[in-house]
Amino acid sequence: MPKRHSSDVVIIGAGVVGAACAYYAARSGLSVTVVDRGPVAGGTTGAGEGNLLVSDKEAGPELDLALLSTRLWRDLSGVLPPETEYEPKGGLVVATGEPALKALRVFAEGQREAGVTATEVPADRLPDLEPHLAPGLAGGFHYPQDAQVQPAQAAARLLAASGAVLHLGEEVTAILRDPAGAVRGVRTARRELLAPAVVNAAGTWGGEVARLAGVRLPVLPRRGFVLVTEPLPRVVRHKVYAADYIADVASGSAALQSSAVVEGTPGGPVLIGATRERVGFDRSLSTEALRRLAAQAAALFPVLADVQVLRAYHGFRPYLPDHLPAIGPDPRVPGLHHACGHEGAGIGLAPATGALTAAALTGAAPPLDPAPFRPERTYGPADDPTQEQQS
Amino acid sequence: MTTSPSDPSGTSDPSDAPGTSGPDAVVDLAVVGAGPAGLAAAVTAAALGLTVALLDAGTRPGGQYYRHPDPVLGAARPEALHHDWTAFAGRAAELRAHARAGRVRYLPGHQVWSVTGSGADWTVHARADEAAARPVRARAVLLATGAYERQLPFPGWTLPGVVGAGGAQAMLKSGLVLPGRRVVVAGSGPLLLAVAASLAAAGARVPAVVEAAGYAPYARHTGTLLRNPGKLVEGAVHGGALLRHRVRPLLRHAVVAAHGTGRVEAVTVARLDRDWRPVPGTGRRVPCDALAVGHGLVPELSLATALGCATRTAADGTVALVLTPGLRTSVPGVWAAGETGGVGGAQLALIEGEIAAHTVAGRAVPAGLARGRERLRAFADVMGAAHRPGPGWTDWLREETAVCRCEEVSAGCVREAVTELGATDARTVKLLTRAGMGWCQGRMCGPAVAALAGDGPAPDRRPLACPVPLRQLAELPPDTPS
Ligand SMILES: Cc1cc2nc3c(=O)[nH]c(=O)nc-3n(C[C@H](O)[C@H](O)[C@H](O)COP(=O)(O)OP(=O)(O)OC[C@H]3O[C@@H](n4cnc5c(N)ncnc54)[C@H](O)[C@@H]3O)c2cc1C
Ligand SMILES: Cc1cc2nc3c(=O)[nH]c(=O)nc-3n(C[C@H](O)[C@H](O)[C@H](O)COP(=O)(O)OP(=O)(O)OC[C@H]3O[C@@H](n4cnc5c(N)ncnc54)[C@H](O)[C@@H]3O)c2cc1C
Repeated sequence: MPKRHSSDVVIIGAGVVGAACAYYAARSGLSVTVVDRGPVAGGTTGAGEGNLLVSDKEAGPELDLALLSTRLWRDLSGVLPPETEYEPKGGLVVATGEPALKALRVFAEGQREAGVTATEVPADRLPDLEPHLAPGLAGGFHYPQDAQVQPAQAAARLLAASGAVLHLGEEVTAILRDPAGAVRGVRTARRELLAPAVVNAAGTWGGEVARLAGVRLPVLPRRGFVLVTEPLPRVVRHKVYAADYIADVASGSAALQSSAVVEGTPGGPVLIGATRERVGFDRSLSTEALRRLAAQAAALFPVLADVQVLRAYHGFRPYLPDHLPAIGPDPRVPGLHHACGHEGAGIGLAPATGALTAAALTGAAPPLDPAPFRPERTYGPADDPTQEQQS
Repeated sequence: MTTSPSDPSGTSDPSDAPGTSGPDAVVDLAVVGAGPAGLAAAVTAAALGLTVALLDAGTRPGGQYYRHPDPVLGAARPEALHHDWTAFAGRAAELRAHARAGRVRYLPGHQVWSVTGSGADWTVHARADEAAARPVRARAVLLATGAYERQLPFPGWTLPGVVGAGGAQAMLKSGLVLPGRRVVVAGSGPLLLAVAASLAAAGARVPAVVEAAGYAPYARHTGTLLRNPGKLVEGAVHGGALLRHRVRPLLRHAVVAAHGTGRVEAVTVARLDRDWRPVPGTGRRVPCDALAVGHGLVPELSLATALGCATRTAADGTVALVLTPGLRTSVPGVWAAGETGGVGGAQLALIEGEIAAHTVAGRAVPAGLARGRERLRAFADVMGAAHRPGPGWTDWLREETAVCRCEEVSAGCVREAVTELGATDARTVKLLTRAGMGWCQGRMCGPAVAALAGDGPAPDRRPLACPVPLRQLAELPPDTPS
């Protein structure tokens, strides 16, 4: 006879998104249980970098979510211990040429209207912000709201602060439903966890959890590689990446393509990441991915060419075909909520996702319009795998 | 296996010129590691008609076992430190002959950071000093990357004067230098006796050889032992040498702390219970000026696990590769030999190298080799089980004892990650504490962190087997978009 436990909500997934959902749900007065088949942060959260970026998001619902998160991360930094390594270091996006700079200006103007602070930095002032930057750049934009955390620590500390009951190493194998079809909990190999609400925060595996409840959610994996250098004195101060102006021949329009983000960490190593590839769950090393990251980093910071790369790692971002996460109740299964599919921005977007989820669970007014993230929306076709870029 | 070069119809590409003469010619077999296993494999494969590339990080063949005194030291008789130098010298001569004849492209000073590819099309990426080495292309790969020493931390283990037991032996073999004048030898495993004997023979005083295991498990396997007379002779040689120097191993004891200010001045030796927990009240101080400590070897599997080769937990508690009797890994086109398949000693490594060469070449394995392997593997399993660390060893640690030296992470910090933050495995401990993220990439602290996490030993996860200059990655040939 399996043991039964009951709480107000069961959250599937102890990644940063599940942890943030647990934190905000508990703060709203709910009793919370979190279950994960692995350890805390054992999924994509443990393979991600901790960039909390507004700079890379064009005006729209994802940017709104990011801006809310930016405020919430700042609040959280006062509550969570210093090991979370919250650092509001700011971002610097540089343009390699005049056309890219022009495009960047248009992009930044749209962002400013949405509430982003973006300051143009003329070419001759770039060294003030980043003394080791390559010469010959056209200029750039400084984004003081860009920040960073240590993702695994952030997830672990949010969970600890939530006071949620934690079941690790237990895979959810079924979503329990009552005769009317409403959710009444989950089953693991060891027990049944009963609750009137279940949150699917299973990241890249969110589609499989949705399937357990009989609904479709087309979450797909998108691989990313990151390079980590030997510990260095402070060579890189901000989150720095290049924007390139890419003419899109097919649509006759133009788009901005960004390079890998280069940034220093409190421990000393410089992180360079990440690539974006749609190759399923392929775990083999891509020397082409490493080459591109290394080449882009050396182009931005020539001093990096002579440092040692100590390690490389990869992870699988959870993405939905329209590149927006699925957040909110699923009208097809009463009591089921989704909080997954954040692609390359889940660390950044976690607090806002948690706040939205908590509001939906308690019936409180949402902190922003949740409509664009409705899980039951039409997603359209998945991307063409040949259109891959860096993030 | 149709993807192996043993398939005669599989090598029909006319651009694949035979021979290893051109630096870019595709070879039949790339061997990584020129220790006993890799060296034996390379010369055997060449003798069987395959073209071979042999890459090794070291500047000379021989690996961990056949270490050479630096020629500038002018030591006359390296064989004095080895029981079977002739087995090595013969193969080293064969290697030179094959290299001259263009059958083996021997690439010393090449540290391999990744092997990529599949089936019968592999690329071996190496760094040579600070320069990028030409990638080696091959139809099959043999991983003979050997092993490194298993360290279990204890208070004081980071003091100067505390050296690895294998490291002390290596220092003697290649540099003929002693780590100190009064050297305590401690840890577990058959190497301790060899190390103590070498130190004593080189003039050091060895006040104690401290062995955490008992030898009782051996007694239960007298059959296996008797089928391995070579090993008995080896043991007797070390034992005899030690007796001459009046050193007797102290069984079921461990060094649980090293003391000193600038350098180790003494160690505390305590008796252990069956689980390797120190028995309270049994500690006593032994003065010394050096401590050589090691708990056996851990297979070096970075390249193998990056390729997805399946692993198992061996009798000694380390992670080793799953291999067929013909020494294929679970990945078609990738073979392994020697310590990568489980720590078993130099003689086994030589035999396995020869077996692997035969199956890569599509030849039947000579029955004598197969029997020898079985016998030595059985022996290795008995030894491995006898010296597998007991779970109580973590009681040696104090909260402030550094577990990861590179990143200075204490045992207390690791325990907090496990008990307070939900880290149930070594990987998550690493993410939360940085233990294992430094220069050695967890080779030093991996077994300790896994034990503290209450996790079984975790397979290496190092997509880059060694550090690579960023410039080398940046200058890789770009992939042509398909
Ligand atoms: C290389 C790389 C770099 C990145 N860089 C950044 C960055 O700089 N900034 C940023 O914001 N984002 C970044 N990301 C993206 C970010 O890591 C993810 O969006 C985020 O971690 C997703 O978190 P999550 O909690 O949704 O998923 P996860 O962390 O994957 O958590 C999901 C959890 O669900 C568990 N689970 C799944 N199925 C079950 C089941 N049936 N039963 C029980 N448990 C289950 C899994 O074990 C897992 O722990 C990066 C990603 C990659 C790969
Ligand atoms: C101190 C000590 C004493 C020993 N005493 C005995 C004894 O008395 N009797 C006995 O039977 N055995 C003994 N051994 C064990 C013996 O050394 C090993 O069993 C034997 O060397 C294993 O051979 P191998 O070829 O598998 O690996 P190794 O000898 O370890 O050779 C592996 C080789 O691979 C190379 N390599 C690894 N990774 C890479 C890479 N990424 N790129 C390029 N090259 C790489 C290394 O440089 C090394 O040369 C001892 C070992 C030690 C350390």
